[in-house]
Amino acid sequence: MATETHSATGNGMADVMGVDGHDMATSSTGMPQLDFSTWANQIFWLLVALIVIYLVLSRVALPRIAAVLAERQGTISNDIARAEDLKRQASEAEAAYEQALKDARAEAQAISQNTRDEIKTQVTKATQEADARIAEKTAEAESAVAAIRASAMENVEAVAKDTAEALVAALGGSADTAVISDAVDNRMKG
Amino acid sequence: MATEANGAETGGLVFHPMDQFIVRPLFGDGPVGMFTLTNATLWLALTVLAVIAIMVLGTSRRAIIPSRSQSVGELAYGFVYKMVEDVTGKDGVKYFPYIMSLFMFVVLANFLGLIPMSFATTSHFAVTVVLALAVFLAVTILGFVNNGVSFLGMFWVTSAPLALRPVLAIIELISYFVRPVSHSIRLAGNIMAGHAVIKVFAGFAALAVVSPISILAITAMYGLEVLVAFIQAYVFTILTCVYLKDALSPHH
Repeated sequence: MATETHSATGNGMADVMGVDGHDMATSSTGMPQLDFSTWANQIFWLLVALIVIYLVLSRVALPRIAAVLAERQGTISNDIARAEDLKRQASEAEAAYEQALKDARAEAQAISQNTRDEIKTQVTKATQEADARIAEKTAEAESAVAAIRASAMENVEAVAKDTAEALVAALGGSADTAVISDAVDNRMKG
Repeated sequence: MATEANGAETGGLVFHPMDQFIVRPLFGDGPVGMFTLTNATLWLALTVLAVIAIMVLGTSRRAIIPSRSQSVGELAYGFVYKMVEDVTGKDGVKYFPYIMSLFMFVVLANFLGLIPMSFATTSHFAVTVVLALAVFLAVTILGFVNNGVSFLGMFWVTSAPLALRPVLAIIELISYFVRPVSHSIRLAGNIMAGHAVIKVFAGFAALAVVSPISILAITAMYGLEVLVAFIQAYVFTILTCVYLKDALSPHH
């Protein structure tokens, strides 16, 4: 049956193509696809090829590619996770830095404020001390002046009495010292 | 050799566009038996080697950052995997190795068939019919195994009016059994037609006047055939996925 179909088609095709339909064995002008005598051969080797391809793919190639793809996916997601981690660390570090900067600034401010206050108190204290010493010195000086003034008055009195006695003696009188000193005292009070 | 003999006889234009599809023994000139090594066998073997080269050798370094050859393998993997997942859903993923094998075989056989002087294995109905029948049988058996008799509910369109259902059932049944036919003829037909057309243009190149046009036409056709080679592999695979989806969830 196969042979009949083959030769019939072959002749038909040959007529269409305008070529001699002779010696089909060497130069088939029909469709070699319909030469069923070769089918067993083709089908046998096709099945061998398909089985080999299937075994190679399912045993070796596909698991390997699947593993590579999975590994790649894993690597990519790992890298992304690590990048995110690093980014988080960086932002934490930045925050820490900002905090440190703020602290340092605050501390510097506090220190300068303290120093300023200290200096101010020292200045005030020194001023007060100086004032006190000045006042003391002033008082001392005043008392010295008063003492000098008092001693000067005494000297004047003594000089006056001596002078009066001398005057009295010079005028030829003999004056009682007590009378003279009373008189000088009275005069000086007046 | 036949071409030359005929050409010498007539001296004019000789077209043998189908000669390229003849299955010949590689060694000697005897009949083609079941286990004879033929040109078809050779190119099937080369297809297998190409699959191994791309999918096994190319990915042998298992690099996180893929080399170019590894990228090709990964692209093919991702392409088919996504197709299976999109079309059949999560349930179909366990059939991914089968569909991947099918796709890699068809796409590489198509591309290898485009090499000048090569033999296009997928242009043969013997090959595509086996592929399509394998898909058809697998899907039908899977359908009954997964869904039992309710798999037949696929042919009984409950959303249609009751009177129409028997008619629709017959149409659905016919379309179901036509699937392997269209599935196989589409692939072999496309590949065969493209190769035959290129051969016909090549025949015209013997005429000095039209040979530049002929060569241009061959170039254009070749570009088109590269597209067709991929698109037909894609269509074959996605139709397989669609049929598989029917087997997994027949009530659409």
